[in-house]
Amino acid sequence: MPALDAFHLARAQFGFTVAFHIIFPAFSIGLASYLMVLEGLWLRTGKQVYLDLFRYWIKIFSIGFAMGVVSGLVMSYQFGTNWSRYADKAGPVIGPVMAYEVLTAFFLEAGFLGVMLFGMERVGRKLHFFATCMVAGGTFLSAFWILSVNSWMQTPAGFGVGPDGRMFPTDYWQVIFNPSVFVRVPHMVLASYLVVAFIVSGVAAWHLLRGPSTPAVRTMFSMAMWMAAIVAPIQIGMGDLHGLNTLEHQPMKIAAMEGDWDPSGPDGAPLILFGLPNMEKERTDYKIEIPHASSVILTHTWNGRVPGLKEVPPGDRPYAPVVFWTFRVMVGLGFLMFGLGLFSLLARWRGTLFTSRALHRMALLMSPAPLVALLCGWMTTEIGRQPYTVYGVLRTADSISPIALPGIATSFAIFAVVYFIVFGAGVMIILRLMAKPPRAGETGVRTDLPTRTAGIHPGLPGAVPSGTGEVSTQPAE
Amino acid sequence: MSTETIAVVWAGLIAFAVLAYVVLDGFDLGVGILFSAERGAEDRDTMVNSIAPMWDGNETWLVLGGGGLFAVFPLAYAVIMPALYPTILGMLFGLIFRGVAFEFRFRAETATGRRLWDFAFFGGSTVAALCQGLTLGGLLQGIHVVDRQYAGGWFDWLTPFTVLCGVAVVVGYAWLGACWLVWRTDASLQSRARKQAAVLAWATLGLIVAVSLWTPFLNPLFMHRWFGWPGILLTSPVPVLVAVIALVFRMGIAREHHLTPFLCALGIFVLCFAGLGISLFPLMIPPDITIWQAAAPRASQLFVLVGASVLIPLIVIYSGFSYWVFRGKVQAGAHYH
Ligand code: HDD
Ligand code: HEM
Ligand code: HEM
Repeated sequence: MPALDAFHLARAQFGFTVAFHIIFPAFSIGLASYLMVLEGLWLRTGKQVYLDLFRYWIKIFSIGFAMGVVSGLVMSYQFGTNWSRYADKAGPVIGPVMAYEVLTAFFLEAGFLGVMLFGMERVGRKLHFFATCMVAGGTFLSAFWILSVNSWMQTPAGFGVGPDGRMFPTDYWQVIFNPSVFVRVPHMVLASYLVVAFIVSGVAAWHLLRGPSTPAVRTMFSMAMWMAAIVAPIQIGMGDLHGLNTLEHQPMKIAAMEGDWDPSGPDGAPLILFGLPNMEKERTDYKIEIPHASSVILTHTWNGRVPGLKEVPPGDRPYAPVVFWTFRVMVGLGFLMFGLGLFSLLARWRGTLFTSRALHRMALLMSPAPLVALLCGWMTTEIGRQPYTVYGVLRTADSISPIALPGIATSFAIFAVVYFIVFGAGVMIILRLMAKPPRAGETGVRTDLPTRTAGIHPGLPGAVPSGTGEVSTQPAE
Repeated sequence: MSTETIAVVWAGLIAFAVLAYVVLDGFDLGVGILFSAERGAEDRDTMVNSIAPMWDGNETWLVLGGGGLFAVFPLAYAVIMPALYPTILGMLFGLIFRGVAFEFRFRAETATGRRLWDFAFFGGSTVAALCQGLTLGGLLQGIHVVDRQYAGGWFDWLTPFTVLCGVAVVVGYAWLGACWLVWRTDASLQSRARKQAAVLAWATLGLIVAVSLWTPFLNPLFMHRWFGWPGILLTSPVPVLVAVIALVFRMGIAREHHLTPFLCALGIFVLCFAGLGISLFPLMIPPDITIWQAAAPRASQLFVLVGASVLIPLIVIYSGFSYWVFRGKVQAGAHYH
């Protein structure tokens, strides 16, 4: 394993901060869309239950979003603090794409977030719904741009390299719509939807298991189970496409994911279900294989050729033991999610969706599964790209900042402590909110708090503070 | 447009983003700094609520400043971040604590929990402001670069000058925050804020004078700009305007105007910023990296410029809309979660 030097610490620090960050965006992207759907349904049908759910989830959203913003702020400076050589060399190509993310997505989210969270009484329903749509659209756009950047690092296109090693753009169309963006964006957005579907269903299942079910709990459970049943299989199909794309553009990553050392011969490649890739001995130990399966999955033919790690010198190989396993965890969980979706369809068909305790227990147990799959997916993607930051063009070793070990070690230690305290507290708060069921007449984000200003809002909601501080308000207007 | 002009336009746009950030997040960080002086739970809530709907939008200008630098002046980004690593990270840590405190303090279930997050709100705001001042000072005093990378030591950023800048920014933000509260709150909170604003104004002006007198000695170019011919034509109106605005501010406070003090404080910040611009141009990183040396290739700059020229006005419009939605005095409320 790597020695503890500035280089590896900088990587670990970046991986740590981005892995923390991505948890919140995944949640925000999915939840913003869910809130948009809930509010839309409320406007269309006028049913109170949708408004209750909207107000219940928007409180949780506001906390997750705040954590996404502050952890993201850190990311946008880490390209300079940790990867300044990378910033200097690749900045001219991908910096502009990230600038578009700020200009089109971050401002949109931030500009309408205040109205979405606090503005219901002030702007009226239609405009409020518009704000919700803008926030949801902003999160989606943000995902698109940043994934375009990341995809470019995986499958670079539309650029040239100058004599001093600095890159310059030749065609922005190709930079943005590089070969892997079309699989990465949908795969990630679907992953976010699954994250939220499973968290919502987990919360609903918890309340179904604990007490008498209310219409709000039943509605959210049913909605989330539809999402699981529909999205999980699509995600599996998308993952398959993703694999084909990676095979074409990053064969060594595929070899590491599959644990294959020698390129396959005329008899096709077996699928290694389990094993331990061994980097020193250049083989995969203790493997259990299914003949031909790898060829079938990756090339959709019986004897198709699958690459092996020995095709490149040891210094150019990604670290297979991690990639091999993170990939299997992701795929395994993906199929389990599909299984839960099928189970829910069966229960729905039998009419036991809201009574089957086995289903509810399983939904509760599986609620973190998409998050785990998502992190494993990213680790596969990122560690599989090694030893390059820009695949085949710029090595990670040539990307690093001139910061000495003590500096990185200190900041990493502070990051670790701060992140665990701050985000730990945030997650606790979210869990506490989730432990209470949504109620009829749910209040929104502090609409009962003085964010309103004097004089100009129609019909202040009746100020009825009760012992618990819950206030029941009718939707204003 | 020639390549040189585009780079200058971009330098102007980035300066605009940083200025927008400084005045907008300046007042909301200032409100956080003033938290320490406010004991009443209700007034504290009012203070937080006066900025809760906008802080995220305000902070996005900082992302644009950093992201814009990365996009169009990658060399500057690649040099400044490692050189000022400790102050940048300090700022980020401060912003983390204060950003989550907005939500967390309302959700705390015990009085201790609430006090802790209140402290995080104040501490985070103060540390962020201090680190921004240190960063500014560190940039002004110059960065040692060899072969396109930072080549200085660990503590280059820590000098008496940078500390002075740090203190100046904390005090200046607190002043902006106090003026914001004069505008957006009423009753006793407002009158306390008015007293604070009056005191902080003199402190801020004093510190501005100190920093301004020190700056020309950092670099012969700055000295020449400010006191040489023809630079002095451009620079001499700055102190005069500052004095005029200071007088208007005094009158606004004396007559208990609501908005005038805030506008005056904004005016002073804009003037200081203009002063900085005059000193630096055409340097991007003192002592010797210019705007043109730091610039990304023309194609990169042009590509973002096309979008920015449409998007930035649009952003200003809808951000303005959001401010307008939350206009008026923020009221003290009686009920919390
Ligand atoms: C697939 C989605 C995704 C990915 C891979 C990333 N982010 Fe992110 N980011 C978002 C999706 C997102 C978001 C959904 O737009 C967030 C999360 C919650 C939020 O407030 O916006 C966000 C927030 C966010 C913010 C704060 C925006 C604001 O002020 O509103 C910044 C500066 C970044 N991110 C920067 C980054 C960087 C530099 C990344 C790469 C290393 C990164 N993010 C990965
Ligand atoms: C959001 C989910 C992401 C996760 C969980 C993630 C995870 C990781 C991990 C674990 C590493 C360390 C790999 C190693 O050093 O072996 C890494 C490195 C890196 N990632 Fe990501 N990443 C994510 C997104 C991104 C995005 C969107 C970008 C760019 C836009 C990006 C750019 C980088 C860079 C520059 C490195 C450093 C070089 C390296 O060590 O590979 N990552 N990431
Ligand atoms: C079950 C079938 C699945 C397959 C076959 C599959 C396949 C893949 C492949 C091939 C990659 C690309 C690695 C690379 O080349 O860079 C990937 C990445 C990823 N996967 Fe999956 N995946 C599946 C399920 C899931 C699920 C259920 C989730 C999350 C809920 C998920 C989340 C991710 C993420 C976040 C990435 C990294 C981002 C990206 O490169 O798109 N995957 N997956």
